[in-house]
Amino acid sequence: MTDFSQVDSILNKYTNVSESLIPLFQDIQGLFGYLPQEILRYVADKASLPLAQLAGVATFYSQFCFTPPGKYEILVCLGTACHVNNGESMASIIAAETGLAEKEVSADGLFSWQRVACLGCCSLAPVMMINGQVYGNLTHKKISAIIRQLRKESAGGVKI
Amino acid sequence: MRLLLGFGSCGLAAGALTVSESMQKVLADTNLQLTLVGCNGMCFAEPLLQVIDDAGENYYYGNLNEDIASNIAKALLAGQIPQQNLLMQDANDFLAPQTRVALAHCGLIDPENIEEYLWVGGYTALKKAVLMNLEEIIAEVKLSGLRGRGGAGFPTWLKWQNTRLAPGKEKFLICNADEGDPGAFMDRSLLESDPHSVIEGMVIAARAIGATQGIIYVRREYPLAVKRIGKAILQAKNKGFLGDNICGSDFNFNLRLVQGAGAFICGEETALIASLSGKRGMPTFKPPYPSERGYHDLPTNINNVETFANIAWIINNGGLSFGDLSNDENSGTKVFALTGKIKRGGLVEVPLGTTFSKVIYEIGGGLKNGKEAKAIQIGGPSGGCLPGKLLSTLKINYEELASVGAIMGSGGLVVMDDSTCMVDIARFFMAFNKDESCGRCTPCRIGMVRLEELLTEICQGQGKEEYIPFLETLGKHVKSTSLCGLGNSAPNPLLTTMRYFPEEYAAHIKEKRCPALKCQALLDYSIDEEKCTGCGQCFKVCSAGAISGMRKQAYHIDSSLCIKCGMCQSSCLFDAVKISSKGVAM
Repeated sequence: MTDFSQVDSILNKYTNVSESLIPLFQDIQGLFGYLPQEILRYVADKASLPLAQLAGVATFYSQFCFTPPGKYEILVCLGTACHVNNGESMASIIAAETGLAEKEVSADGLFSWQRVACLGCCSLAPVMMINGQVYGNLTHKKISAIIRQLRKESAGGVKI
Repeated sequence: MRLLLGFGSCGLAAGALTVSESMQKVLADTNLQLTLVGCNGMCFAEPLLQVIDDAGENYYYGNLNEDIASNIAKALLAGQIPQQNLLMQDANDFLAPQTRVALAHCGLIDPENIEEYLWVGGYTALKKAVLMNLEEIIAEVKLSGLRGRGGAGFPTWLKWQNTRLAPGKEKFLICNADEGDPGAFMDRSLLESDPHSVIEGMVIAARAIGATQGIIYVRREYPLAVKRIGKAILQAKNKGFLGDNICGSDFNFNLRLVQGAGAFICGEETALIASLSGKRGMPTFKPPYPSERGYHDLPTNINNVETFANIAWIINNGGLSFGDLSNDENSGTKVFALTGKIKRGGLVEVPLGTTFSKVIYEIGGGLKNGKEAKAIQIGGPSGGCLPGKLLSTLKINYEELASVGAIMGSGGLVVMDDSTCMVDIARFFMAFNKDESCGRCTPCRIGMVRLEELLTEICQGQGKEEYIPFLETLGKHVKSTSLCGLGNSAPNPLLTTMRYFPEEYAAHIKEKRCPALKCQALLDYSIDEEKCTGCGQCFKVCSAGAISGMRKQAYHIDSSLCIKCGMCQSSCLFDAVKISSKGVAM
């Protein structure tokens, strides 16, 4: 059973839900890690808004996702500076190291990855971000080591 | 003595946190204190420590690690300035040719402490502005000749005046910090390093246009900027620089922070307003301009972060002095994010009218490996790729850039060498703009898809000669028949690469060859037997089974099986995998 009480307290923050859909979705995604469909339905009902309006807004913005991401969400930067510094190869390496296609989540729920437009750390290109932490000057070796380390830490229960 | 450690996003990504911890360990309970500052622009040397001794001399220590930092801290405690190879020799080469207005305090003050901003003269312009009448403020900005630093270069004073004179019971002010250009990070750095200068500029603007409420719209990909600007707003409120009766006057202005949700198009004014209103970020027809009818249908003034960061300086020093900073009909300075194949990449601020070669070769120290710049990309996905031969004469000037097919843009400046394929770059930007098109106008929605498809075919060696005139016609159509700035400029990277690098298109189409060795489908992989140690790493990563051989002997790639994924090359520790692009015989 989903606990809607937390969603209610988020909803109570906003007097005009229709105008506040983006911060509202950001709060919900902060809570669940993604936008669960049942929660979107619940919000639509509560706020008397068409579900289509909510879906229309949510799908427009790349921040919102509709399936749970991996525990370690890898964002591979493909801004211009990363692109000219072989960012696309880094994406292939991450795909090969995790064995995952873009936006796919590993069976153990540990990893998912996706390309993003620019993380703004262009001087360290090529760059990736994992759960808010930026890793720069990537190489094949460095990526393998980071992923290996994350697997190890997760297995050992050590917090990164 | 001041010890300043760069604590911006790139500093932290490069390891500034562990460096600070190791220094704090040494400095704890001593009279030397470490100040955590934003970024002074020398991203190439992060983590970076700046020491200012009591005589005001500057010493920079770059690319620090824990041990070196700890040793420096010990030496400083002992009253010595470490002089060995740790000291950066080229800091002055990078900094001295610059003129810093917007970046004046970046990297020199703790962005999370308003006292430091006040210490460098912060909020004095605001105190002055509350005593000026509204026309005087706008007149001063008009004298300065300041133009919007977000890219389009619209005169700032005129925008302010239009909003001020537009009928409406209230006026609204927005700071556009939705910095979406890939390859640009000026706004991030300003917000992380000197958030109060942006707030001060906004409060002055609010006073001039008669706004009582404002919003800073920040990209969600910038968590540190969000944190610091949020903190700065609270501090400014506590000090009476925001809220009611600002600086003891009858002027009230409240400011809040809103995070974007990841859409490049929201940098366009009307799309930004749609997004703030909880809608899909789709631009609307102008007029009415936001200055007439914007957020909540109120007259709304929207300026970029860097524009606001110049305002306090203009009020303090006078509009005419801002014009005098440059030796050009365009006044003031512009901040650039210098990246790509450059030796000293980072944030650079130079007077308008400066030549590009000065920025790239003097400040940036030239290219990595001493190569020549083949091209620069300026203005991001709306800008253009300009050839290296233009750099020595081309000035940083709105009109000059437009005349060569590019735009000033918000400040992205990516340097490219002979390993960058211009067809691939055009494809990259068309793909970006296709993804970011909101979908409203058919020419942009479908035209961008077609442009990307055709360029992809060319990059894969399937292009035909008739694609060239078609790409040009379609690109021009998309530009002239789309509603907003995105569609109007999206084909620029394509059209400029076609104009300046036609021979690269010809090589891809006629010879099926990529001169920059970038387009993977046109490459041939082989193993250099001299360099190969027979470690077997390439064999392990090859998913196509194209690599064969015995351990401790040179391996071999079967080109008929090779899928050209490049994994063997990136995994080889001995640089033994060679690539070439032979093409087909004519």
